[in-house]
Amino acid sequence: MLEITEGSHAVAEAVRLCRPQVISAYPITPQTHIVEALADMVANCQLDADYITVENELSALSACVGASAAGSRVYSATTSQGLALMFEVCFNAAGMRLPIIMTIANRAMGAPLSIWNDQQDSISLRDSGWLQFYAEDNQEATDLHFIAYKVCEDHSVLLPAMVCFDGFILSHVYEPVDMLSQEDVDKYLPPFTPYQRLDAADPISFGMYATPDYYHEFRYEINNAAKRAKEVIQKAGKEFGTMFGRDYSALVEGYRLDDAETAIVAMGSICGTIKDSIDEMRAEGKKVGLLKLRVFRPFPSEEIAQALSKVKRVAVLDKNISLGAKGAVVIEVRDALYGSATPVKGYVLGLGGRDVRKKDIKEIVSLVEKGVGDQFFGLRRELL
Amino acid sequence: MALAIGCRAKPGKSRDNKTGSWRVFKPVFDKEKCTKCGLCMTLCPEGCIHQTDEEFVEPDYTYCKGCGICAEECPGEGIAMLQEEK
Repeated sequence: MLEITEGSHAVAEAVRLCRPQVISAYPITPQTHIVEALADMVANCQLDADYITVENELSALSACVGASAAGSRVYSATTSQGLALMFEVCFNAAGMRLPIIMTIANRAMGAPLSIWNDQQDSISLRDSGWLQFYAEDNQEATDLHFIAYKVCEDHSVLLPAMVCFDGFILSHVYEPVDMLSQEDVDKYLPPFTPYQRLDAADPISFGMYATPDYYHEFRYEINNAAKRAKEVIQKAGKEFGTMFGRDYSALVEGYRLDDAETAIVAMGSICGTIKDSIDEMRAEGKKVGLLKLRVFRPFPSEEIAQALSKVKRVAVLDKNISLGAKGAVVIEVRDALYGSATPVKGYVLGLGGRDVRKKDIKEIVSLVEKGVGDQFFGLRRELL
Repeated sequence: MALAIGCRAKPGKSRDNKTGSWRVFKPVFDKEKCTKCGLCMTLCPEGCIHQTDEEFVEPDYTYCKGCGICAEECPGEGIAMLQEEK
């Protein structure tokens, strides 16, 4: 049933329907409304979970690691500085192969302090072993939580995942969302069956030390699990589509891309603006299309190469910057297209909440047509 | 041995953790110089030096990390630390 609801509340409701047994999180803008809503649900007996209040995000994710190792379905949410404080635990959660799901309400990293949106926070954790999903709208943000649990708890994957949606732009925006019923979700997402768990009667430790004789192979195995997740995502996304009509089997999704000469590659809420701009440019006769990356980890290299095989040029939009290098997405898209003659240009834009408008997208298309790119887009020159 | 998912381990496994690969220098014991004083056995932090049947002492290289304390402390200078090729 379609409901007009705030993005954060839609995510909280989706999480409730997934029946997490342990939630631990620390409130931080713009994630706060999600965990506030979940705390209410627990207090009001609408959700049978332990809500562990902690003093910071390091403790929040640490509590999640313990609870997940004990065999519970676990949830957390954070953003920006909070995610940065979890850095150490993020790598441990992946290495211990714990399927924790965490929502990231994407926000810029300080300094300078900014509570507004870009994707620097989760992008900076791209090497941690967590799967990363990026949502275009609140419907997708909601649905990706069901899919993330299904994928990550699969015994061939056993990795944590971040479901990323843009702070404020989605988290605080009211949109119609088709919310599943508890019955539907129970059919799609069975109870969590841990591969192994802490048990006082048969004690084990997780994440023990590995000497140089073993560590290298452990990392190889984690990488393999992340790669295997591709197929599991496709399967879980397809099953979701069959059951509820919204198909998420594709890791990357084209929009008017079939006959496009110029392709824009992007992630997150900006894709909505891009689609509107493409419709307007198409009406003027410009053959422009979009390739939306829904999954950033595992990185869908082959799918990207396939989807962009016929275009003449590619513009990659990054709401992040690997300082001293380029945007993270353009680096990897270019790697995916290595060996092809298609020029790929990167545009860093929308950092710290700077609005990206339809006219900006059109300007980027005219820049990439001229071969101009690999730049910060939309700089206010008068400030420099 | 296949890797355990999540680097899982049962308790009480220090015997299973073969630390010999940490070694860069290998202690080599000279039987002629050994007076069987047992100081190396007492001081070895890994506890891996044992008396053999012939009342000679030798380290268990499966666990010896090559710290060199035995060579440093041997009163008869009967232990040489030799670099190992791996």
